[in-house]
Amino acid sequence: MSHFSIRCPNCGPRACSEFSYNGEVRPLADPDASEEAEIARLWLRRNVTGLQRERWFHAAGCRRFVTITRDTRTNLIVAQPGEPAGDVAKHA
Amino acid sequence: MSGLFKGRTWWKRTDLKKRYDVVIIGGGGHGCATAYYLAKNFGITNVAVLEKNYIGAGGTGRNTTIIRSNYRTPEGIRFYERSMELFRGLSQELDINMMLSKLGHFTLAHTDSSVRVQRERGETNRLLGVDSRLIGVEEIRELCPELNLSRDVAFPIQAALYHPPGSVLRHDAVVWGYATGAYHRGVELHQGVEVTGIRKDSTGKCVGVETNEGPIDAGVVISAVAGWTTSVCDMAGVRTPITNHPLQAFVTEPVKPMLHKILVSASLHVYVSQTDRGEFLIGSEIEPYTTFNLRSTFTFTQHSSANALDLVPQLARLKIMRQWTGYCDMTPDYSPIMGETGVENFYLDAGWGTWGFKATAVCGETMAQMAATQKTPDLIAPFRLSRFADEQLVPEKAAASVSH
Repeated sequence: MSHFSIRCPNCGPRACSEFSYNGEVRPLADPDASEEAEIARLWLRRNVTGLQRERWFHAAGCRRFVTITRDTRTNLIVAQPGEPAGDVAKHA
Repeated sequence: MSGLFKGRTWWKRTDLKKRYDVVIIGGGGHGCATAYYLAKNFGITNVAVLEKNYIGAGGTGRNTTIIRSNYRTPEGIRFYERSMELFRGLSQELDINMMLSKLGHFTLAHTDSSVRVQRERGETNRLLGVDSRLIGVEEIRELCPELNLSRDVAFPIQAALYHPPGSVLRHDAVVWGYATGAYHRGVELHQGVEVTGIRKDSTGKCVGVETNEGPIDAGVVISAVAGWTTSVCDMAGVRTPITNHPLQAFVTEPVKPMLHKILVSASLHVYVSQTDRGEFLIGSEIEPYTTFNLRSTFTFTQHSSANALDLVPQLARLKIMRQWTGYCDMTPDYSPIMGETGVENFYLDAGWGTWGFKATAVCGETMAQMAATQKTPDLIAPFRLSRFADEQLVPEKAAASVSH
């Protein structure tokens, strides 16, 4: 595991090993969406090479979910929780 | 000995043609095997394998060389068992020594729930004719006295799933064998040719590829690029559930033969085997987050060493010689994605996460059949991309999540 630190709004900067990864940010469930869109939301992933908006869960800490922007090529965090997302492609 | 190598033609670069019956993207084990079986089983030789790097540069040369068929689902077991059958005769067939060593494979269980899972796997395996059974501590001690069976560790070993046909073989020899075999049957291998686009006609049918050396027409295009699947699928407008996670491994300095079994521990997330050269090959679980960064990390060395020493404490004073990382294109159910993609004439051989090497032979055979007959072979029908929409997953996490 590469080491980077995530700035938890409750606990301050903590090692990423305290968090569990929850994957790329996906659209919220929409009851009116077509079946095709719902299947895409549930299963399909963008798997971005570059800037990715993603969710982490502070599992070994305050148990808060946070959203960050990370460059998947370098593992550098471009936007910590609460910071502007940056120039990321929007979810499908 | 050196004369033997000098006398042998491996493969040579030829000029790219304008059109091929089949274009295979990716010159790894799967791509080369597909080309080989297309030529051998179907006589289709107007085939090009396009590889942007060199033959065997990706997962083929980075895996931990284990083959086995003790999977959990009947679909998985049948598929990987066919691969084992093909591997057994492959050194003769391709005239290259793959140094297949039938060591026997232990999946160690340290918890009650793990014992239950291994028992289930053993029963399903036997039902399908695969040699595999759950054994207790006494039998483990008899078969593998090197293993630490002490109760004085954090997670004592309670039982093991024993799979006698589990083997290791030289992964480079597999891809070189298939590549040479395909080349000598008339297939073209193009290293340094990168696919930059998938060409479609007005009806959305795939008709060829764009490359850094110009466009190529193709009857059928097969993507066998594992860790680069998302890039190729994006070009074709196909979406998949695949995410990329890195997996690391390392080898120690070589010592005399000491460990004669392949050890895997699902609870400790580590596996250990001794190669024919005497090095101990130790691998672990994939990294928990997606990344396209292939840097090796110290955390991995630290954790895997600690867990490996729990199993085989005799390794404590060995030095680590090399460490490396590869891409794993993970799927949600730990089974591959093979066959039709929704784009006509564009087929996928992907989602090979941590279970791709052992499937090399059967993938070649089935993808060749798919390209030649335009029909999905029964063996790979359960692995279709549409299984996610149909909610017909093939759950193999219990048998494939410790990455070996």
